Amino acid sequence: MSDGTSASAILLSDDDTALVARLREGEAEAFEELVDKYHSALVRFARLYVPTHELAEDVVQETWMGVLRGLDRFEGRSSLKTWIFRIAANRAQTKGKREARTVPFAALASTEAGQEESVEVDRFLPPDHAERPNFWSTLPLDFDNQPEARLLSDETFAEIRRAIDTLPPMQATVITLRDLQQWSSTEVREALDITEANQRVLLHRARTKVRRAIEDYFARANGTGAPSDA
Amino acid sequence: MPERMTCPVLVQLVTEYLEGVMPPEDAAQFEEHLGRCPPCEVYLVQFRKTIEICGRLPEEVLPVEVKETLLAAFENWKANR
Repeated sequence: MSDGTSASAILLSDDDTALVARLREGEAEAFEELVDKYHSALVRFARLYVPTHELAEDVVQETWMGVLRGLDRFEGRSSLKTWIFRIAANRAQTKGKREARTVPFAALASTEAGQEESVEVDRFLPPDHAERPNFWSTLPLDFDNQPEARLLSDETFAEIRRAIDTLPPMQATVITLRDLQQWSSTEVREALDITEANQRVLLHRARTKVRRAIEDYFARANGTGAPSDA
Repeated sequence: MPERMTCPVLVQLVTEYLEGVMPPEDAAQFEEHLGRCPPCEVYLVQFRKTIEICGRLPEEVLPVEVKETLLAAFENWKANR
C-alpha cells in the first residue's frame, strides 16, 4: 500500500504526502499529529458559522469523522489543510443553517473591519498640541530589553491566547491562521472568502491588540505598569 | 505643508508595510519617518516581535477526553475500512 504518492498527489507538499501515507497505513500517531496541529484552529474557524463554542466543537468532531471517511479518496488536488478546512466549512454551514446563523463572511468581515476606531489613538498627543502635535504620549516599551526567557515564556503565550480569545471572531480567526498557523494571505482570503484588503485590516487590528497585551504584560512584569497584586 | 506620515498614521500602516503591498512612495515616507522617530522604530520592532512570538506559540493541549474520542474513532475507521 505504498502507492499513496500516485500522479494525482503531485500537488501535495512532501510533508503532506508523507502524512497522508502514514494515515492510510493506519498509524494513530499520524492522526494525533494532525489533530494537535489543526483542532484548535478548526474550532476557531467553525465558531464563525455557529453561535456557541460547544457547537463549534461538535462541528470539528464531525470534521475529523469526515476526514477519516474521505481519506482513502483524497487525491491531493489541494493541500491537506485546505481540504480539512473545506470539510469543516461544509459541516459548519449545515449546522449553522440549522442554528439559523447565516451571516455571510464578507459582511462579518466588513463589520469587523469597519466598526472600530483607528488603532492606538489613545497613545498620541492631539493634533492641536502646542509643542508635539501627534507625537507619542506614552512611549512604546522596548521589547528588545526583555529577557529572552520572558519573550517566549508560558506566561507570554498565555497572555497572547487570552488576548486572541477576546478578539471579535473574524479577527481571532485571521490572526490564528496567519500568525499562529503561518498561512499565506491568499490561503486565508480563500478559506474565509474575504477580500485582501479586509483580511489585512482584520489582521492589523488583531496584531495591534495582541501587541498591546504583550506590552502591558511586560510593563507589569517590569513593575513599571499598573500595580499588580501578583 | 503639514506632515502626512505622522506617528498615528504610521501605526495604522504597519501591517500594510510588512505585507509589502504599500505603494512605493508611501513606503519611502514610512521609512523616512522611522529614520528620524525612535519611538516609531521601537513600535515596529514590537510589532515584528509580536508576530514572531505568535509564530512560536506551542500547540494547544486538547482535553484528554476529546483526544481519546478522536483516537477511538481512528481505530474504528481502521477496523472497518
